[in-house]
Amino acid sequence: MSVVATVPSVRHTIIVEAPREHAFEVFTHGIDTWWFRDHSIGTEPLKEVVMEPREGGRVFERGLHGAECDWGRVLVWEPPSRLVVAWQIGGDWQFDPDLAHASEYEVRFIEEAPARTRVEFEHRHFERHGEASRDIRDSVDRGWPKLLAAYAGVAKTG
Amino acid sequence: MAIFERLERGPLPVGEIARGLPVTRSAVSQHLKVLKDVGLVTSQRAANRQIYRIDADGVAGLRDYFDRFWQESLQSFKRAAEKSFKEKSR
Repeated sequence: MSVVATVPSVRHTIIVEAPREHAFEVFTHGIDTWWFRDHSIGTEPLKEVVMEPREGGRVFERGLHGAECDWGRVLVWEPPSRLVVAWQIGGDWQFDPDLAHASEYEVRFIEEAPARTRVEFEHRHFERHGEASRDIRDSVDRGWPKLLAAYAGVAKTG
Repeated sequence: MAIFERLERGPLPVGEIARGLPVTRSAVSQHLKVLKDVGLVTSQRAANRQIYRIDADGVAGLRDYFDRFWQESLQSFKRAAEKSFKEKSR
């Protein structure tokens, strides 16, 4: 039994009206098509988000002038059913290469019908960010500030 | 997890938190220290002992942030996946 202190996970389940192969493909290879443009920590304006399609693959952003900034690493690559990615952005909004300081998210793609996929998402082990967790909380407004406004706009116009 | 769950029911001294757990009291103290460092738990001295409680702002704030962050991002993913599938099957 583990009594290690942990912070409860964040969990979400959504239904995607598409086959799970397609859903997996869009989530990974197509990450740039759905990632909010303001979710960026690089010094240059965001050009694209890339997830390398293999275990150990990098997840990173590429800036307008080519500078790359790592975000995390693929820990489990099991297309089309399962994906685990290390979240290596610390509370100072910098990449932290030490996996012991990384939280992680897992995505499961479950076929409900030939063109309907249930996507179960869990982001866990926030406590691994350690001291940084407090900073993550405190720097929400400084980190990706335009996100909420942008989303509110999209949601309103449908 | 066990420590956190106990504190969710209310503030407790370390002895009460450790009661019934299959680890030593000093191990529980160490875990509490980690939780304190991370800003998830606070403590207060009362009647000559430390009483631990969940730092509601810390926990709620951290989880709320990621909860919202992923809720929005997953909706965006859903829209992109369904749109591209529709276009593909045309």
